[in-house]
Amino acid sequence: MFSFDLLLDVVVAGILIGGFYAAVSLGITVAFGLLDVVNIAHPAFVILGAYGAYVANSRFGLDPILAGLLGMPVFFLLGMLVYRVYYTSFEKRGEESLRGLVFFFGITFIIEVSLLLQYGVDYRSVEAAYVGETIALGPVDLPFRLAIPFAVAIALTVALHLFLSRTFYGRAVKAVSQDQLALRLMGASPVRIKALAFAIAIATASIAGALLIMIGPVEPSVGREYIGRVFAIAVLGGMGSIGGTLVAALILGVLESLTSTFYGPSWALAVSFGILLLVLAVRPAGLFGR
Amino acid sequence: MGGRALLAVAVALVAVAVALTRVLDNQYYYFAAYVILQYIVLATAWNILGGYTGYVNFGSAAFFAMGAYTSAVLIKAFGAPLPVLVVAGGLVSGLLGLGIGYLTLRLRGVFFAIATLALAVVLQTLIMNWRYVGGSRGIYTIRPAEVPFFANYVELLFVVMLLLALGALATAWWIEHSWVGRGLMAIRDNEEAAECMGVPTLKLKLLATTVSGALMGIAGTPFPYYLTYMEPTSAFNLDYAVNSLAMPMIGGTTTWVGPLVGAVLLGTVQQVATVTISSALNLLIVGVVVVAFVILAPEGIVGLFRRKVGKARA
Repeated sequence: MFSFDLLLDVVVAGILIGGFYAAVSLGITVAFGLLDVVNIAHPAFVILGAYGAYVANSRFGLDPILAGLLGMPVFFLLGMLVYRVYYTSFEKRGEESLRGLVFFFGITFIIEVSLLLQYGVDYRSVEAAYVGETIALGPVDLPFRLAIPFAVAIALTVALHLFLSRTFYGRAVKAVSQDQLALRLMGASPVRIKALAFAIAIATASIAGALLIMIGPVEPSVGREYIGRVFAIAVLGGMGSIGGTLVAALILGVLESLTSTFYGPSWALAVSFGILLLVLAVRPAGLFGR
Repeated sequence: MGGRALLAVAVALVAVAVALTRVLDNQYYYFAAYVILQYIVLATAWNILGGYTGYVNFGSAAFFAMGAYTSAVLIKAFGAPLPVLVVAGGLVSGLLGLGIGYLTLRLRGVFFAIATLALAVVLQTLIMNWRYVGGSRGIYTIRPAEVPFFANYVELLFVVMLLLALGALATAWWIEHSWVGRGLMAIRDNEEAAECMGVPTLKLKLLATTVSGALMGIAGTPFPYYLTYMEPTSAFNLDYAVNSLAMPMIGGTTTWVGPLVGAVLLGTVQQVATVTISSALNLLIVGVVVVAFVILAPEGIVGLFRRKVGKARA
């Protein structure tokens, strides 16, 4: 039976999840959209962030979001390191298209299997006093489990947008994405700026992981479900546009929520794949591409 | 490598196979050899697109599983014989490759790679919810009780996979030594230049994805009989996706010998490791070795060997 209340609930849930998808996709938007580094390992880094939050929460009783924030510097350094290896081994030699991709695929794999060996296939979750609560906002209920990740994800998106558009380094990152040769001619090193931007992209995975494990329990292979989603969002959003990423993530969230409710959850995963293929076939520049 | 090398490999493979059937009693060795032969098909198929053309397919497991599930459906619906299964499975997976290729290959190659990554997850979810083939609970396939010429069905499957492996190697050899292969390599080295010189790049890329996908599907077609009980997680196993690109990467991607060397080497090591250590650790080792190879020895074992021989001659 169709009811307006149900539809409203489904759309609200979709928007909340969509906001979270934006947090997961930001790293891809920066790495793939702006830097042209096809980091297919990003979802694996998000899972790593989720396990970081899990360990901090279960062992030290830390708040998961605080744990995500504290993990950012570590992920930043990790990103720096990964980019250095990627640059010297592949980008410099012009081999990023084949071997660079395989490199990131290998990293995905190493992260996933290491977590599997360490923590097993059991689902892990975090505890915090507010996670189970709900507030009623007019006719719809907002579960904190979804509302807080949504709020944090929006804050992260806004922060990244401000960084890229208002700060010196942020503009430098955009300059790299527009014309590396011109940047070189001005005497700046695109490699250093790319390393910084890639490190920031990986750092967002720490927070996104904390949000992921707050929304629901996590096991090592969950990351695979996000590969289609994050790239669908990055492409739909117009490759490198932070605002576009948010809009695309919200669209995907709502569409998945509708599909999942009216056709069954197993079709929800096919939505992102369908969007990805459709956008590539019809409008590769995405919604907000130049 | 000339035709003589291919012939030598073919003779060697058949000789080892015949020796195996004469000497061994233990069915386990047939199972193990079957898996390695299956990897020869998968690695060779992957290399036709990945090695020759430079387009990465992360969804080998999806193509393999499409072949396997095409078989499962045909066996359940019509009790179709093995040769029909091989053709049908190849057709379905080949069309899948053509479709994905057509939608993504006109753009940059990375989109093809990303689409294949997502493809495996989506297809697995859909198969898990398709009740006709057993959904996530899996499907039983009963082997024919008697087979002419063979002691049992496992031996027959082994010989079938041997023929498929030889067929895959011959296909790769032919592509490498024909205008198709030269066109593909031109695409890998510089696609724009190739297009300008009149190489029909899109057509060749689509041909490569179709042939590669079809061979992967064919590798999966005897799978329901091999397992007798097949579930989505075993057909879509991550092992296939990882190994089919790890083997050419480790063996060497520029000739048909590379995937063969990689498959035999890595396949044998894994057969031993899975029995003696754990299968998860075994996968971790493959991941580390692949990353090490793409960074330190991008030309693979065949490349390292050639460099050594070249130095000795100079």
